[in-house]
Amino acid sequence: MTITLTHFLIVSAILFSFGIYAVISRRNAIMVLMGIELILNSANINFLAFSRFGGMNIEGQMAAVFVIILAAAEAAVALAIVLNIYKRFHTVNVDEISFLKD
Amino acid sequence: MIPELKIALAILLLPLASFVLLIFFGKRFMDKAGHIGAAFLGLDLILALFTFGSRMGTEGKWDFTFTWIDFHTMVNNVPLKIDIGMMVDNLTAVMLVVVTLISFLVHLFSLAYMKGDIRYSRYYANLGIFTFSMLGIVLTNNYLLMYVFWELVGLSSYLLIGHWYEKKSASDASKKAFIVNRVGDLGFFIGIMIVWMQFSTLTFDGIFGAIGTGVIPFDSNTWLTAAGLLIFCGAVGKSAQFPLHVWLPDAMEGPTPVSALIHAATMVAAGVYLVARTFPMLTADALMVIAYTGAITAFIAASIAIVQNDIKKILAYSTVSQLGYMVMGLGVGAYSAGVMHLVTHAAFKAGLFLASGSVIHAMHNALHHQHDHHTDAQDVRNMGGLKSKMPFTFWTMLIFTLAISGVPLTSGFLSKDEILAGTLAFSHFTGHSIIPIIGFLVAGLTAFYMFRMLILTFMGEHQDKQRYDHVHESPFVMTVPLMVLAALSFFFFFSLNPISASHGWFFEKMTYPTVVVPAAAAATPTEEFVEEVHHQHTMAMVLSVGVSGLGILLAFVTYFWKKISADAFEKTLKPLHTFLYNKWYFDELYDATAVAAMMGIAKVLSWFDGAIVDGIVNGAGWLAKLVSNISSKFDSYVVDGAVNFIAYFAGLLGLSLRKVQTGKVQTYMILAIIGLMVLMAMYM
Repeated sequence: MTITLTHFLIVSAILFSFGIYAVISRRNAIMVLMGIELILNSANINFLAFSRFGGMNIEGQMAAVFVIILAAAEAAVALAIVLNIYKRFHTVNVDEISFLKD
Repeated sequence: MIPELKIALAILLLPLASFVLLIFFGKRFMDKAGHIGAAFLGLDLILALFTFGSRMGTEGKWDFTFTWIDFHTMVNNVPLKIDIGMMVDNLTAVMLVVVTLISFLVHLFSLAYMKGDIRYSRYYANLGIFTFSMLGIVLTNNYLLMYVFWELVGLSSYLLIGHWYEKKSASDASKKAFIVNRVGDLGFFIGIMIVWMQFSTLTFDGIFGAIGTGVIPFDSNTWLTAAGLLIFCGAVGKSAQFPLHVWLPDAMEGPTPVSALIHAATMVAAGVYLVARTFPMLTADALMVIAYTGAITAFIAASIAIVQNDIKKILAYSTVSQLGYMVMGLGVGAYSAGVMHLVTHAAFKAGLFLASGSVIHAMHNALHHQHDHHTDAQDVRNMGGLKSKMPFTFWTMLIFTLAISGVPLTSGFLSKDEILAGTLAFSHFTGHSIIPIIGFLVAGLTAFYMFRMLILTFMGEHQDKQRYDHVHESPFVMTVPLMVLAALSFFFFFSLNPISASHGWFFEKMTYPTVVVPAAAAATPTEEFVEEVHHQHTMAMVLSVGVSGLGILLAFVTYFWKKISADAFEKTLKPLHTFLYNKWYFDELYDATAVAAMMGIAKVLSWFDGAIVDGIVNGAGWLAKLVSNISSKFDSYVVDGAVNFIAYFAGLLGLSLRKVQTGKVQTYMILAIIGLMVLMAMYM
């Protein structure tokens, strides 16, 4: 059995769905961030798959590297935000942080 | 404007400056206010004397007229414009000296008399505005400005009579004076309007010139008489002539120097001055009415003066009587004599008032010393024997009394004599012999009541020994004005001939004005009249000395030697005495008629105001309130309801929509994903 683009896309879609599920369902902000990482990585898989099988060649890998860098930066910033949220509200439960509503 | 008139303008404005200075900054000068006022008037007097001196050496008159308002239209072929201006002729020059001199002496006298008064600076300020207004009357050359100053005189008189306005009698008297004067002024105003209607000018020259060319109001001599008499109405009010004489005795509530200035020498003389100014246009009929008015006034006032006990009231009625004399003199046609009596009377009557002020001042101090606040300081029955205590006051007062009684060698003798000769001439030409009879009767009465006052005040015994000891002569500043006025009461200031004034400077300079009335309506021509006066002069002189002597003798017999008991006489003639004592019941008569009628009209008007006008106004208010109530209900229920409903509806909508906005990122995300899926489903 040869592994084709479709397999990669399926894995990527599953990973993306897990990510979305995590982002939507988790109450803990850290978990949400983890979900976002999953989504980003699913995108990376897509880039690489298209790099290998599609017409993207090296650009796909380049984009993936950018995404990794972006993810690192995002993690740093997001974690800083989460830290600040914790400092302010003494919780990282996103359900309880509905401050903007009022 | 020629330099002489500029000086005259300065004479007019100096007292005004004094008024402005004292009314605005008077409090700051403290007790120096009087000295400032007196200094202004002293300067004024010097200027007036200068004007008088230069005036007497020249012919004609100084006149300055300018157009105040030009309507640029023609009425009766005469341009319609209002000319005003000032003028100095011999009459004006004499009046300037009289007014400034008396005013200056009163300023001096008041320094001591009003010392320590609570409104000292206000008093001097008011004297200033009074002098200004009075000078204005004599300096104008037209009826318009004269009317303005006429009213200003009324106002300042009101202020001065009401100087002690805490006293109800004083504030009442000031109101009475003002209102009674207004009655006369109304006539004056109508008279001015008649003249204006016809001639479209109010200057004396313009009016008399027009009448001289044969133009008379509405082509009727009756209208000319009416115009003259209506203008005379102003004089009736100001000069306290019958029937408007009632205000003058009440005006004695003012400070005594004020009485001397206003109610003896100047303001009341303004009416006589007005008649003298209007003299050229007075018809024979008008002069007849004027003569009778004067005679009736002279008699009524003299009869009342006999029984009065208040020293100032006696002088007040004697003033009314003498003013009647002057008006009678002008009315019979004795122009120069009437004016001369105005001048001589101004001097000795001001003197009498100031002397009485001196006596009242001394009595007041003595009573104050005794802590006696019940005895009336002005009642002659409480005086007596003051001769040795107050020699200056006594001797000057004796001179004034001799002058007013018409004793030879005095100024009063000269002028009174000429008036009486005039009345004799008048009766010769017209046959109205009642006028000279009243004239001589009043001369006798005057001598009697004036000496009664003098004897009761200064001679005999003083009742209260202790009080007598406390009476002292007034200070120098009060006696000097008396001496000046006493000197002026001698004959040589007016004529070098002690028995006839007709060749003195006064008669030379104060010539009869040219009468411009059409011959058909005119009184006896001046030349004939003067000629007849000369014929009657000796007769008048003998008779006048006779009746005066009789009056004086009777006064001495009754009150000094007490050969006739005044009390017994009073008892026999009780009804007459009561009648005279109550001043012929004029006040009661006016209260019952004019005042009551006015009150009735006022009540009706008040009712009309209260019931009808207020009813209409209140009804309108009620209606407006009703409409506004309805409008308010509509506003709050309908308009507000709609607005509130919309707002409520929007709120309701917002409330339901608000639930969508949970504030949770995850919810939004779900929605976003669902939306994405829907879009994908649609396009795939």
